[in-house]
Amino acid sequence: MRALNIKPDKTWRIALALLPFAILIGAYIYSSNVRLAENPNDKLLPGFATMGEALRQYALEPDARTGAYLMWSDTLASMTRLLIALAISTLIALLVGIVIGLLPMAGATFGPVVSVASMVPPLALLPILFIVMGLGEASKIALIVIGTTLKLIRDLALRVGDIPREQIIKAQTLGASTTQIALRVVLPQMLPRLIDAVRLEIGPAWLFLIAAEAIAADSGLGYRIFLVRRYLSMDVILPYVALITLLAFLMDLALRILQRKAFPWFAQARAT
Amino acid sequence: MTAIAFQNVWKEYGDHVVLEKIILDISPRSFVALVGPSGCGKTTFLRMLLGEESPTRGQILVDGVPLKAEPDADRGVVFQRYSVFPHLTVLGNVVIGREFEEAGAFGRLYGQARRKAEADALELLEAVGLTGHESKYPAALSGGMQQRLALAQALMRKPKILLLDEPFGALDPGIRADIHILMRRIWNDSSLTVVMVTHDLSEAFRLGTRVIAFERPRNRPEELERYGATLSDDLSASPVAQDKRGASVTRDLEVWPRKIAGGAEKVVPMETTKIESNFTNSGPSPSA
Repeated sequence: MRALNIKPDKTWRIALALLPFAILIGAYIYSSNVRLAENPNDKLLPGFATMGEALRQYALEPDARTGAYLMWSDTLASMTRLLIALAISTLIALLVGIVIGLLPMAGATFGPVVSVASMVPPLALLPILFIVMGLGEASKIALIVIGTTLKLIRDLALRVGDIPREQIIKAQTLGASTTQIALRVVLPQMLPRLIDAVRLEIGPAWLFLIAAEAIAADSGLGYRIFLVRRYLSMDVILPYVALITLLAFLMDLALRILQRKAFPWFAQARAT
Repeated sequence: MTAIAFQNVWKEYGDHVVLEKIILDISPRSFVALVGPSGCGKTTFLRMLLGEESPTRGQILVDGVPLKAEPDADRGVVFQRYSVFPHLTVLGNVVIGREFEEAGAFGRLYGQARRKAEADALELLEAVGLTGHESKYPAALSGGMQQRLALAQALMRKPKILLLDEPFGALDPGIRADIHILMRRIWNDSSLTVVMVTHDLSEAFRLGTRVIAFERPRNRPEELERYGATLSDDLSASPVAQDKRGASVTRDLEVWPRKIAGGAEKVVPMETTKIESNFTNSGPSPSA
């Protein structure tokens, strides 16, 4: 049988999906054991017990100086920044993307400038944001917004253009005005596609968040891992990285479920 | 009751002439079928009639008034594909025409106005045979059902002219025969003037009161880009068009037996449909 015709059944699918994770964890445990056997004080590859202890301290014991439960306050600070920023850029992208994609005059005016601006590396703007907006929350949120909005706008404008010409003509022959077409034909079809676009921007959003927190912050997941880096606290850094990954994965999953539940027509239409 | 007149219409894209010297009068209530090979400009013709494109020269009159430069509710349309909105249910797809008409910028009706619109929409859905499918999304419908839905959707706004762009081209023969019967009934029951582009000659003769063939007359390769399609056969009697025709040879053929709009529906089997060739100008155009 040809390799491309061999398909896993449900059990195999789960087993195969878990296999790489098991190998990675196994390889870590093995390497960690080897190093700890040589030097019990090795900080580079701490064992799971050490990491569990660090996790317990950060999650369940109040910080001696501030009295906060650090892992939760860090998570709350980071997620607040991230979600506010993503909400802002999603709203801007939805509005501007539809206007650029639907109105030729707007597309001719703003299309090129959006294309050029989206090529500016957002991290290069971070110093400017710190200078202009200070070191508080605003500059961090602004960095994520700048970093994700422009790409979302371009993506959305392209997808508006992908709506079959026939549909837009049809709406006009039903007497629809421009606003009616935007609100009843284009917007509802853009929402599930916007979810896809936002899912792809979750990664970059975390990147910008952690970069901003690493440079100037007093809380947040990115702040914490860059802080404890000074003490080579891999037992804190590794669980924090896992936590960030888990949060990003859950955001992605939530958006996927939202898309499926809120737009049942979308999967059907995409399949045909 | 809407007459359409093409007054010496040309369509060119740069050097490329797509349509030339289209002189054509379509009488009210007629069902015109446009046939011709691929790339002969049938669709361009229809797009001009839609207002999606404007003629390079000449003008198009609807009831004596120059055509608006953009699509509007006077002209309904059914395309071969993508005619219905995938994000709306079957019922929503029909109701939306009324919502565009009566609701404001947000295009949504509520309460009594919505119930009235839904009742009307359900009536139309019953007429096209989609009762029981109201809450499905178009992707769950077969191709034939989607085209029925597209027809109901177009009829909701009560257009004066119905434009069909190869509407049944992608359907199976059996389903196509059913939808032909539906199309004939719609034409009889409403006061529509219908213009249909089709690849299918038998469909053209079965449905049309008048069949018009587009053809590129100059077919030498080096000339292909230089000359556009023109009206080659007007397969019906059209007294006005006769004396205005240009250099190309044209013929008049009448679709027989003659179909009278609004008359009792009599389904004529394909085999008995005759085409009466008429090289002089004699047959009167169909009237209501």
